[in-house]
Amino acid sequence: MHARKAVTVRRPVEEVYRYWRDFQNLPGFMDHLRSIHATFEKRYHWVAVAPNGDRAEWDVELVEDVPNERIAWQSVEGADVNCSGTVHFRTAPGGRGTEVEVELRYDAPAGGKIGRTVARLFGKDPGQQVEQDLRRFKQVLETGEVIVSDATMTAKGAAQRPAQPAGQTRQLEPALR
Amino acid sequence: MKAICWMGRNSVQVEQVPEPRILNARDAIVRITSSAICGSDLHLLNGYVPTMEKGDVIGHEFMGEVVETGSAVRNLKVGDRVVVPFPIACGACNACANELYSLCENSNPNAWMAEKLWGFSPAGIYGYSHLLGGFAGGQAQYARVPFADFGPLKIEDGLPDEQVLFLSDIFPTGYMAAEMCSIRPGDIIAVWGCGPVGQLAIASAFLLGAERVIAIDRFPYRLQMAREQAGAETINYEETDNLLELLKELTGGRGPDACIDAVGMEAHGIGLDYAYDRAKQAVRLETDRPVALRQAIMACRNGGTVSVIGVYGGFIDKFPMGAVMNRSLTIKSGQCHVQRYMRPLLERIQRGEIDPSFVITHRLPLEQAPLGYDLFKNKEDECVKVVLKP
Repeated sequence: MHARKAVTVRRPVEEVYRYWRDFQNLPGFMDHLRSIHATFEKRYHWVAVAPNGDRAEWDVELVEDVPNERIAWQSVEGADVNCSGTVHFRTAPGGRGTEVEVELRYDAPAGGKIGRTVARLFGKDPGQQVEQDLRRFKQVLETGEVIVSDATMTAKGAAQRPAQPAGQTRQLEPALR
Repeated sequence: MKAICWMGRNSVQVEQVPEPRILNARDAIVRITSSAICGSDLHLLNGYVPTMEKGDVIGHEFMGEVVETGSAVRNLKVGDRVVVPFPIACGACNACANELYSLCENSNPNAWMAEKLWGFSPAGIYGYSHLLGGFAGGQAQYARVPFADFGPLKIEDGLPDEQVLFLSDIFPTGYMAAEMCSIRPGDIIAVWGCGPVGQLAIASAFLLGAERVIAIDRFPYRLQMAREQAGAETINYEETDNLLELLKELTGGRGPDACIDAVGMEAHGIGLDYAYDRAKQAVRLETDRPVALRQAIMACRNGGTVSVIGVYGGFIDKFPMGAVMNRSLTIKSGQCHVQRYMRPLLERIQRGEIDPSFVITHRLPLEQAPLGYDLFKNKEDECVKVVLKP
């Protein structure tokens, strides 16, 4: 599977790079990423949860880190999911801010529980998943939060509530800078 | 709280729903004191807008009193009286920085839906389908207002609700329609549609220096309002053999310098092209009926501007692109960038240059909104604009 998406964020490239490079920020805008923590130098343990609650975990290695330009990672050998990705940062023309381009590749074992979980994680259209993550990233950097509406506040995937106040549902934890 | 909910095609009902809560730090909760029914709400009622769900609270023209603010709202406090603009805008993205507030890049949580239909997503709008965010609307007792520190306009000088309510939508919309005409001294503007937006477009065209305004409609009471309240010359197109010829005669053979389409996707007409559009719509081959738009293009003088403020949703047939290209026509369009106009238009109201409340014909309690929709949709009881009091 391969996805490539871009978004323009109206903030300087240094600020955009720095926010992404602090990997503790990633769960705030990456929908399925539950947690990421450093294990040892340049290695990170990644925990993802699919919409139905299934978990998948794997280790990645930071293979490139060029400040204000590029971050690249690769899953370590033997990981359940073989994935790699690169984020490019470049100053947008005409004072528009920063262009952020994400390339993501992954293969998962075709069958079995892990294969199904990964398929659920990334959905039918992994490009759309990446795009949504980038939209939220942009919102957090430009406005401070991911905006929710009455219809989308508890939405998983496409299913939505009616567009009316929700009353006594669980309190949200919107991503904050 | 009581709220007006879309319950299916041709069905809006008063329902009991929970009161809104703060969900984002820049939210405010507003207790609504006045709300209005918009012509574009009729597209929701009539089933022309996709992605509506049963129970959606509708309404996007509202004002009231702030009763709660989120932790990041610094410029509003409880008790402030505000008019809320219908497009939701963050103030921080490139679109907002360029004053294109109805194109805010951050205010539609369902942007992916709008992208599939239109290529990119515009801003979220209160009470106007899930395609535009799935936000609960303002035909209710309370509303949640996102980015409350950016859009809502404080009213501090005691002007009554009815004089300022329309700063939320229809006055800026009519004004932007006229502004897009790039009016120069001596210009004659033609306006299709004498609903509330059309009336305010006529009035705005005069504020912007138009020499004459010609208003086109088929309901005598609306044409009368256009003449007596807004100052236009009028044409009833059902009593005219050839509208385009008449417009030429009235403009020294030149055609109007600019034409405003304040009708949109549910246009009526007489003649073959209207019958064609209705037939195609019935079998879902065409989503919108561009009768007024085609006429505006054909009537416009060479090199003129067609200003499209009527709402369209999907696709149209038989668009006179040859006329547009060969005659150097400019088409300007958009959902109104309300935030751009609220302050300057409030000042015009304060100076007594215009009182937009002239369009109001009916005032109803919120519970009678379904009746209000009926009167408005069927043009009964000389209805032009319905204001609801929660």
